[in-house]
Amino acid sequence: MMDHSVGGAPPIQIRDLHKSFGDLEVLKGIDFDVRFGEVVVLIGPSGSGKSTLLRCVNGLEEPTAGTIHIEGIDITDPETDVDAVRTRIGMVFQQFNLFPHLTVLRNLTIAQRKVLGRDVKEAQRVAKEMLERVGLSDKIEEHPSRLSGGQQQRVAIARALCMNPDMMLFDEPTSALDPELIGEVLDVMRELASEGMTMVVVTHEMGFAQHVADRVIFMDAGVIVEEGSPSQVLVNPVHNRTQRFLRAIDVV
Amino acid sequence: MKRTTRKKLIRFSMYGVLVAVFGAVVVFADWGKLGSAFFNVQIAADMFPKVLTIAARNTAVYTLLAFALGLVLALVLALMKMSTIGPYRWMAIAYIELFRGLPALVTLIFVGYALPIALGWQIPGGTLGQGSIGLGIVAGAYMAETIRAGVEAVPRGQMEAARSLGMSWAKAMTYIVLPQAFRIIIPPLTNELVLLIKDTSLFFVLGTTPVSKELTKFGRDLMGQRFNGTPLVVIALVYLAITLPLTYTVARLEKKTAAAR
Repeated sequence: MMDHSVGGAPPIQIRDLHKSFGDLEVLKGIDFDVRFGEVVVLIGPSGSGKSTLLRCVNGLEEPTAGTIHIEGIDITDPETDVDAVRTRIGMVFQQFNLFPHLTVLRNLTIAQRKVLGRDVKEAQRVAKEMLERVGLSDKIEEHPSRLSGGQQQRVAIARALCMNPDMMLFDEPTSALDPELIGEVLDVMRELASEGMTMVVVTHEMGFAQHVADRVIFMDAGVIVEEGSPSQVLVNPVHNRTQRFLRAIDVV
Repeated sequence: MKRTTRKKLIRFSMYGVLVAVFGAVVVFADWGKLGSAFFNVQIAADMFPKVLTIAARNTAVYTLLAFALGLVLALVLALMKMSTIGPYRWMAIAYIELFRGLPALVTLIFVGYALPIALGWQIPGGTLGQGSIGLGIVAGAYMAETIRAGVEAVPRGQMEAARSLGMSWAKAMTYIVLPQAFRIIIPPLTNELVLLIKDTSLFFVLGTTPVSKELTKFGRDLMGQRFNGTPLVVIALVYLAITLPLTYTVARLEKKTAAAR
């Protein structure tokens, strides 16, 4: 499912990205590439622009300036069919955003059917497979409100996987969870990473960053301050701001 | 005087006033005359089955047609009002404010009489066509605001999640946002339906034939013929038989949604 990326254009290629909300400039010139199969973790204080950067990647926010290429396709070009590009990018949200009026099964099949045009049987087969991957096969007929936060987030991951995306974006996937439910979600993400999924993760889970990330990026005030391997950025940060941030969240 | 004694005294005197008023009505009212003027069994019996097969049926048909038309208009208006394109928004606002600001009767007269004068052409279908369209136009304005509120009550993350799965705006609206919005607005929409049932009583201005009378016109005409108030009481009871279950259902639905949150 990822063959066309091999040797081709990188999954994500961002040049000089700016994004303003009114007078507030949230992103001030970001250059950001993600390689095929890479797991990139974005860290930084709240308001640093990590989530906005992630949301620009799948077109939920429109950049003020700069270019974003997804597998070689410029999504900032008004001619581009952004909906089609989005089907290749899975997104997982802090608040899960499952569809509360649909059962778990229908949450997983609706986009397969309405966007990819799969028939019911095929869509359900894929849904069951993905649900098994996140360990929730027994919840297939439940409504989301009957699930714990951790289970809801795992269903949300399965829902994104049903579209066979080439890459996955995670926007603080564990921030809304009770502490004892964080582990099950991180396990699923770790599993995905080990299977070679290209992932960009905004998180405050430094353990995950340390052990799973190929690269950690520290952002502050709309710019990338520092990036490198987890041990470089998390253990021996060069920049003052990075050191201060890591001290504040008690890592170093 | 102790506070509890005073409270008791006030309560006692409130009951006293109630009993006195009731007593006065019972003693001084001319029950015989009232009975024959409003509760004449023969006249009431004569109204059946036509009060149901013609009048109540017409009221129901007019209401449902106006409601259906109003719903379609309202959906379009609500989407226009939420549009990022200014002129669409302005048109929707103008429409909504205009028809919410006018008495429904004026709109009905406009549709039934002013349009034919101006265009030399009238909306076909007589009372049914003109009335339902006139009332549907008004209902659309009210329900547009209801639908918009419902759509805005659906968390933004729902649209974003749907879009992130590759759905177009229209698909996300159709399959994800609107179904949830409609769940939220079923109670207020049912209230609107009740208002419409009552508003069909205005259709008399459009002129009616014996087969196109709705409940109010039917009762009023019979009242004139028989020179008796009973027909009005009967149609009032028919109205209540329709509206009370609806309002009761709304109250139950509202309780249920409140509990589900």
